[in-house]
Amino acid sequence: MKMSGTKGCFDGVLRRDLRTVVALIEPKSRVLDLGCGDGGLLGVLNRERGISGHGIERSFEAIVRSIENGVSVIQADLDEGLGEYPNHSFDYVLLSHTLQTVHKPAVMMREMVRVGRLGIVTMPNFAHWRIRLQFVFRGRMPKTRLLPYSWYDTPNIHLVTLSDFCWFCRRHDIEILRQINLPSSRLGRLLADFWPNLFAESAVFVLQGKTE
Amino acid sequence: MNNDNGSVGLVQTKTLTFAHPPDELILESGARLGPITLAYETYGKLDSQRSNAILLVHALTGDAHVAGYHTHADRKPGWWDWMVGSGRPFDTDRYFVVCSNVIGGCQGSTGPRSINPATGERYNLDFPMVTIGDMVAAQRYLVDELGIDRLLCVAGGSMGGMQALEWAIRYPERVASVIPIATTSRLSAQGIAFNQVGRRAITADNKWNGGNYGVKPDELPAEGLAVARMLAHITYLSEEAMHAKFGRRLREKERYGFDFSIDFEVESYLQHQGESFIRRFDADSYLYISKAMDYFDLPRQYGSLQNAFAGVQAGFLLLSFSSDWLFPTVHSKEIVRALMVNRKDVTFCEIPSPYGHDAFLIENEAMKRIVPAFLNRMASSGRH
Repeated sequence: MKMSGTKGCFDGVLRRDLRTVVALIEPKSRVLDLGCGDGGLLGVLNRERGISGHGIERSFEAIVRSIENGVSVIQADLDEGLGEYPNHSFDYVLLSHTLQTVHKPAVMMREMVRVGRLGIVTMPNFAHWRIRLQFVFRGRMPKTRLLPYSWYDTPNIHLVTLSDFCWFCRRHDIEILRQINLPSSRLGRLLADFWPNLFAESAVFVLQGKTE
Repeated sequence: MNNDNGSVGLVQTKTLTFAHPPDELILESGARLGPITLAYETYGKLDSQRSNAILLVHALTGDAHVAGYHTHADRKPGWWDWMVGSGRPFDTDRYFVVCSNVIGGCQGSTGPRSINPATGERYNLDFPMVTIGDMVAAQRYLVDELGIDRLLCVAGGSMGGMQALEWAIRYPERVASVIPIATTSRLSAQGIAFNQVGRRAITADNKWNGGNYGVKPDELPAEGLAVARMLAHITYLSEEAMHAKFGRRLREKERYGFDFSIDFEVESYLQHQGESFIRRFDADSYLYISKAMDYFDLPRQYGSLQNAFAGVQAGFLLLSFSSDWLFPTVHSKEIVRALMVNRKDVTFCEIPSPYGHDAFLIENEAMKRIVPAFLNRMASSGRH
């Protein structure tokens, strides 16, 4: 099973949050992708940004596909930590739709801003209005495009809302340099900037450790 | 000989002799060895930039014959035939593949049973102790002789993996990538222990005679060498693989013999392994090469594993196998961690397999996908 808690980087085109990430990355930088899946994002970054990329992934099949995609990748469990990497050994550490799958998100986040000059987290928002409606009116665990799994068979064990995440960062001395809200519809786009926690389907955060 | 697709076909072992006195190779122990002969084979063609050469390095009892057949009558091809050939992972349409028998060996390279030119007699135990580093230093002469400034890759499993690591550390500017498989940066106490029992089996054989045995079949310490091989062979398998292959099946009988003849299939198999081994391998070589493995310890040699890798330039692909308990995955992970701390280009994956340490020699889809993809990236990344 892939480490990323959502399915596939590509649906013909690069998933929208990943497209946003690509735009954030400076050319020629060093990038570590945590839970890199089949290495699709690093492959795009290699081609479009000339980065020197590295991935960590747990699933054997995904590792093999990463290698076939020309990505340098290590098989490891993110919950084992990133202890080997020196401080700031990467310009960016990416965690795309993976935070909600790790056992110790707080440890993961601290490690991320230690190992990377900047951390970039993309995550589905569990407080999106569609999810709220499903939960309130159907009274069942929500399933959406980005969170398609059933409760009994999901890698997503730490679902989080945008508000929760912002609170978490403040509490853990992690500075949010940018927050890019990704709504699911045109109407949502207008509303997401006013009320992201309700109208953003997912979001991209650029983070930095405060104890610099 | 089969006519399998992609086989390199008929091949010949060649030899190179170098380090003639007074320019002997100075070994890690300080002893001097020369002249040295290496037996080697090559497959494919060196390109005009001399940038497509891959050196394969063999395990304890391997030899230079990696792929293809020596004669039409050969039943079996070289030891890594499924990895080397047209369209195979080490693709001979694209790469120039070289493999040599290690020094200390007994399949064409200078070893303890070679004639010492100084005395006109076999070296036997006068042969100096060689290390993994010495094996690699000798291979460097061959690589020089073939006109290769920079190898695209050095790859091998088990003791071959040790040599690959040694190459990356000793000659950083001469290796673009390495693929150490099912290996370690230092042999474990368990590994040393098994080697010691194997050596003891050999030296306890009356015919061993302090290493000075004759050359006729009935003069060889064959019994000791066979026991050493039987023991070692068990360590190359896994409990699961042995159960699947033999279980408790009896050998050509319905009921127990109630004597000490062969009862079980697994006994018969090990017996066969021992017997076929003594026909192709030498007891003194076994002592020397197994000792070279025992001495291999990168952290000790360089202060720490992290220091050992500080200067390497090669890209690394490390592979381990889930059921390998002789060179377990944690040993590969130690290497990966030391490379990560040094910010080196490292790829690592544990391949699920029931076959134990031997898995790297057994044809598998994972290696057939991973190795060519990694080589492709190394060849196109301009590292060479």
